[in-house]
Amino acid sequence: MIPRHQIILFALLLVASLAMGATLWHLRERAHQRLLAGQDSAPTSAPAVAPAEPAALLVANDSDGSILTQLHSLPLPADPEARARAVLGKLLDLYAAPGAAHPVSGGASSVTQVFLLPAPEIAGAVPAAVNSKNKNSRTVVILSRESRARIPGAPLQDARQAEPLLAVVNLTRSFADNHPSGIETEMLTVLSICGTLHANLPRITQVRFLVAGQQRATLAGHADLTRTYLTGDAVPSDRAHP
Amino acid sequence: MSVRCAIWSLFAASYMALAALAQPVPPAPHARFVVVLDAAHGGDDTGGRLANGQLEKSFTLAISVRLRSLLAARGIQVVTTRDSDVAVDPVKRAEIANHAQALACLSLHATESGSGIYLFTSSLPPAAPARFPAWRTAQSAWVTRSLKLTGVLNSALLNAGMSVTMARFSLPAMDSMTCPAVTVEIAPEQNAGHETTAELSDKDYQARVAAALAAALLEWRTEARQP
Repeated sequence: MIPRHQIILFALLLVASLAMGATLWHLRERAHQRLLAGQDSAPTSAPAVAPAEPAALLVANDSDGSILTQLHSLPLPADPEARARAVLGKLLDLYAAPGAAHPVSGGASSVTQVFLLPAPEIAGAVPAAVNSKNKNSRTVVILSRESRARIPGAPLQDARQAEPLLAVVNLTRSFADNHPSGIETEMLTVLSICGTLHANLPRITQVRFLVAGQQRATLAGHADLTRTYLTGDAVPSDRAHP
Repeated sequence: MSVRCAIWSLFAASYMALAALAQPVPPAPHARFVVVLDAAHGGDDTGGRLANGQLEKSFTLAISVRLRSLLAARGIQVVTTRDSDVAVDPVKRAEIANHAQALACLSLHATESGSGIYLFTSSLPPAAPARFPAWRTAQSAWVTRSLKLTGVLNSALLNAGMSVTMARFSLPAMDSMTCPAVTVEIAPEQNAGHETTAELSDKDYQARVAAALAAALLEWRTEARQP
């Protein structure tokens, strides 16, 4: 014979268990609904639905020190800042790919933001120009001409008629910390970024670099990141042939 | 009394004339040939890490010491920005070079990327000399001569059988130097098939590079003395 108080205790425990189970089920449903609501608001489809357009990437090559234009078809956003970030992301993806001619780890996520501002008149800017490279008379590359290469199908735009822009490229700290050290390799990275920006957004005439939102003295010990680089101006090539 | 004074005056004048003749004649400004060797990095700034684990700062110092010996043996006065493993910021490096009033300033770097020798000249546009040039663009007035020095270095290195890449780029210390300034970056030697034929740790390769640079500076001294 089970005592009466034990029956009452059992009944209470059973009711409590059912109540807790119902509560847990309710909380699970609420969490699931919240998750679904969050997924709905995530901007995941914007780059994919953007129409693919031709983009000119100025790709560096360590073996001969050249920077050559490659045409790629990319889904490019209409917003200029997002567009600039997209082309730089593709450029850095090429550098992060196995067997890259200019290997730099990091990829597209290395560019945190690209801000576009009206370009100020500055006296201390220097041409971001490799001007010419002459390696045993093998290769002659003139960045200024490469960077002015028109993209087929793109509307002809006269940069002089539009307001010039300063692009502020914010790189991640890991990209700068892991970048190979050396004047040549750092120069190629800086110049290919400047050239790619100018080739796809001709209004960009000046480029500055930040690393993790802060000004940094050099990229990896050599290339000066405190300066403003000019993308459109270049010293004539004959000056590089003493 | 007056005769004694005259004799003493004559004696004093003769002594002063002889003393003046005995003193070395200060060299004319154009005859003083000083080379500044700027071994990059140092101290906490280690530079790049080379293939054999050597740090760039050690490599550049070793090349600087070797090149200084070669130049000193040929009677060329050399000023170095550092002789030991100490940190020297770019401003100080340019100050040392500018105080030396050198006719050639070489900044020495090393890298594992690429191949051969890279010669960098400032990308600043040429400008007329100014009485008070801006610090960050002081090299503007010297760019033309820097390019000539680059040409001499290029010829000497090519004659030594090395591949040379010339480029122009903005580098903080070089852009503030008021002398013909070139940055030399040494990379491993590769053949046409991109096979490495000489690592940076190769003593023979280091000696060949230093000898070629010394030969170029001797040639540059001859050109610099020409009116």
